[in-house]
Amino acid sequence: MMIVGMGGTFLTLWILGLVMDLLKKVFPLVAKTGTAENK
Amino acid sequence: MFESLQTGLYGLTSGVSYLFTQGGPNVIMLLIAAGLLYLGVKKQVEPLLLVPIGFGCLLVNIPLSDLMEPGGLLRILYDMGIANEVFPLLIFIGIGAMIDFGALLENPKMLLFGAAGQFGIFITLMLALALGFPALEAVSIAVIGACDGPTAIYVASQYAPQLLAPISVAAYSYMALVPIIQPPIMRALTTPAERVIKMAPIKRSVSTTTKLLFPIVVTLVTGLLAPKGLPLMGTIMLGNFMRECGVVARLTKASENEIANIVTLFLGLAIGGTMEGHAFLKPTTLMIFGMGFIAICMDTVAGVVFGKIVCKLTGGKVNPLIGAAGISAFPMAARVVQVQGQLYDKKNHLLMHAAGVNTGGQIGSVVAAAVMLSVLKGMGLI
Repeated sequence: MMIVGMGGTFLTLWILGLVMDLLKKVFPLVAKTGTAENK
Repeated sequence: MFESLQTGLYGLTSGVSYLFTQGGPNVIMLLIAAGLLYLGVKKQVEPLLLVPIGFGCLLVNIPLSDLMEPGGLLRILYDMGIANEVFPLLIFIGIGAMIDFGALLENPKMLLFGAAGQFGIFITLMLALALGFPALEAVSIAVIGACDGPTAIYVASQYAPQLLAPISVAAYSYMALVPIIQPPIMRALTTPAERVIKMAPIKRSVSTTTKLLFPIVVTLVTGLLAPKGLPLMGTIMLGNFMRECGVVARLTKASENEIANIVTLFLGLAIGGTMEGHAFLKPTTLMIFGMGFIAICMDTVAGVVFGKIVCKLTGGKVNPLIGAAGISAFPMAARVVQVQGQLYDKKNHLLMHAAGVNTGGQIGSVVAAAVMLSVLKGMGLI
């Protein structure tokens, strides 16, 4: 139970981490250019 | 005339006479209630919880008050939100609305620290089973290691309601004691050179869309992998989605303030109501407190050891102290890491990294509980 439980927790969080990395790649932070302040 | 006077006087003195004849455990619990109120009021230890818990404990241990009997105030509160697990879930909506997962999203690998920080849960599970606790009670006790009050209450109320009082009091007590329990373990497991490692500053790299999609994705992934924990993760992510979408500010504000405050009051009172002396003062209670302590210590040990491994693998770019923040006690554990880091180098700012790990621990604790429940479901135990 310990191996399955700990392994399952690591696996789930590892998958979540990968998905979060993917989200960041698909929706990157776009640097704002030409804002009202600059103008 | 004399008879009615006698019965009337008996009615007035029956509580006192009960206390002196059979009320030994109640007297002890009244002292414990006083201790909880002292810690909450004077020492400011988790006052939002210890004050209602302490007062609920005081109320229920006044003999013949019937507050936990059917129709009594504390019984109504218990049935209203603990017996059906609604209160911890409502609190989770508030927690989700309060937490900014930005630091974690900047470096999603920090989630693995949140997994390492749950090691105590599984060690305690084995320990409780070895000590002869039935599987469901062992699971409920082990969840103290999540260092997460609502999760502990959720699991205990569902699978071991008879142990709810000691489990919830132990969970909240140890959460409050994180700044005392963790530092000696952190110092014992790290070298002076490791403690002063400076980590690269976090660059802002997360878009609003990512932050908005994060709660939905987490709900879907964890819900599909560990469906038994969906009520826990679903509510925390609902709160976070409301926070990030920005169009339901009133609901977000109500979740993190009014709803969370009212539910915390009811939850605390109802938990205090389960602390009746004859039911609470058993050897089992002491064993639960002992195992809860081991659970929190093992969480910290595993987190710091994992930090040391990552430190080696990254060529010394990660300060192992941040591993201690991989538990759910937010933001206390992150602050402990910051304070410990600055003890050895005043210019070392680990707070943002530790906050990322700490929010990872928040998710990790719920995932660990969800995984454990799903494994038990798979084994046909629940």
